[in-house]
Amino acid sequence: MSRDSRLSQASRDPKWIQWILIGITVGFVTLFLILPLGVIFWEAFRKGLKTFAIALSDRNARSAIGLTLLATAICVPLNMVFGLAAAWATTKYSFPGKSLLISIIDLPFAISPVIAGLMLILLYGIHGWFGAALQSMGLQVIFAVPGVVLATIFVTVPFVARELIPVMQEQGSEQEWAAISLGASAWQTFTKVTLPNIFLPLLYGVLLCTARAMGEFGAVSVVSSNIRGLTNTIPLQIDALYNDYNAPAAFALASILATLSIITLLAKSWLESKIEHRSKESEEIQ
Amino acid sequence: MSVEVQHVNKTFGSYKAIQDVSLKVHSGELVALLGPSGSGKTTLLRMIAGLEVPDQPVNQDEGRILFFDQDVATRSVAERQVGFVFQHYALFKHMSVFENIAFGLRVRPRNLRLSNPQIDQRVKELLQLIQLEGFGNRFPLQLSGGQRQRVALARALAIEPKVLLLDEPFGALDAKVRQKLREWLRRLHEQVHTTTILVTHDQEEALEVADRVVVMNHAKIEQIGTPEEVFHNPASEFVIDFLGSVNVFSGRHFEPSPEAKTDGAKVYVRPHELQISKESLGSASISAQIQRIQRAGTSAKVFVHTNNEQNVRVDVPIHEFQFMDLEVHQQVFITPLQSHVFSPEYTI
Repeated sequence: MSRDSRLSQASRDPKWIQWILIGITVGFVTLFLILPLGVIFWEAFRKGLKTFAIALSDRNARSAIGLTLLATAICVPLNMVFGLAAAWATTKYSFPGKSLLISIIDLPFAISPVIAGLMLILLYGIHGWFGAALQSMGLQVIFAVPGVVLATIFVTVPFVARELIPVMQEQGSEQEWAAISLGASAWQTFTKVTLPNIFLPLLYGVLLCTARAMGEFGAVSVVSSNIRGLTNTIPLQIDALYNDYNAPAAFALASILATLSIITLLAKSWLESKIEHRSKESEEIQ
Repeated sequence: MSVEVQHVNKTFGSYKAIQDVSLKVHSGELVALLGPSGSGKTTLLRMIAGLEVPDQPVNQDEGRILFFDQDVATRSVAERQVGFVFQHYALFKHMSVFENIAFGLRVRPRNLRLSNPQIDQRVKELLQLIQLEGFGNRFPLQLSGGQRQRVALARALAIEPKVLLLDEPFGALDAKVRQKLREWLRRLHEQVHTTTILVTHDQEEALEVADRVVVMNHAKIEQIGTPEEVFHNPASEFVIDFLGSVNVFSGRHFEPSPEAKTDGAKVYVRPHELQISKESLGSASISAQIQRIQRAGTSAKVFVHTNNEQNVRVDVPIHEFQFMDLEVHQQVFITPLQSHVFSPEYTI
């Protein structure tokens, strides 16, 4: 009810104010979001599907797509497990330094990805803290695939945990206690009670994490040194192609990345509408 | 199934939540743990359930919790076979009412599990018991608070618990629904006869529902007794004060009877234990002036101010009040018909 009254309050603003605000929003979105994204697809398909096919048949492009998918495939499940563990630990247990830990999880949001990349070099680079030891074991991290994966993990750490912590805080542990008192084992409690309750926010976090993992440029760029066909992810390959004045191939690859992102975005808004629907339902009853 | 608590302590950090509490609940009994918030009643209940662990006792035979004379200290919540009902229901939001009730039956190990038709049958019986037949397919969010709490109760009963533990089960409901559910719970108890321990801060609820009431304050038990005993023969100032309204007089101003030695003691008189009259009824009568009269209810509440500057409430049954012709500012006398005297505790 309060939502409706607030709405009617707002719609009492003069018509011209309403039109100006709507106009600004739509204009801004068109100019800065839709137009650039459209241009990518336009440029990619301008000379027909043939360029597109050629660009994609390029070995380096395919390697970039492969590496991006690999880094994402490693990073997202890890992030999911970490996010669940972190959310569980910080909402169901109490221990000293808990709120500090929650703030630290957010660190990658605050730190520039370039700095994240540099930190990895300082740690694992050939002159870094662990670099020499790793080198002697025959493991190269920096300027190699492991570095790319590590950088991707670093920048995506907060995504799942951030989505889960507030939801689990709000839910408390009573449902879990109830399940245990009814004879459920710890595993049954987790799979039958906890997981269904946090399923949507978990999926939402995973999607955001996926989008970020695929699109990360800064941190990956620092640790990868752009070896084509080896350590280039899609964003890096696009950058390299563009610098070679191979605009059609760059746009073709860009359109693939953009398509992946759009799919993620659509899935996200579908989920959002579902979550909203759910909470609305509960509001109405109460 | 009897439940016994022997000299149990529980501390959280430096806070003593339960201090040397002993209690025996007989098989088939419904006992209410009554007390203000922070009195330790919920902690005691959670320890009986196994959701909290009592402090390690100094002596071997102290600090024990017994179910049917067997120590359950090492048994987990599930092994104790208790049905626990939470104040905020703790229903599984993503499951239908039916699945909520069936949960405890479905999570059993395969060799102990009932067959699906048997589970269906059992859940249907329970839905009937809580008068929610036809609600099986609804989800918890589509139910009212009272209905949700009934589902929570059915879910707890489904596993045929040896002991039913209710933590402020009606605390989140409005007065009318509380009253109804209270009566329903009592009828249900007559039907199923499961040993039941109910935690509440509502004295009316405790007195109305329970066979025996355990009044708790500051981590200790103040009194254990039938509702009648705790109401009419309160063991302490706290009990009389907590179980309904009471007027407190200091012994100096007030002598309920010549034999009672009230010097320095406090005299407690409930509003309905005072008689109001236009003439003095003897040496026990105190002169007072009527300040306010509240007529709504089964008795009129007359608020008077005595000559020795005390505000006192007198309850007069409404049918008597109608013939008394009392008005605000009128001079009257109040006379105690009954009183409870507590001597001050001396400290050295």
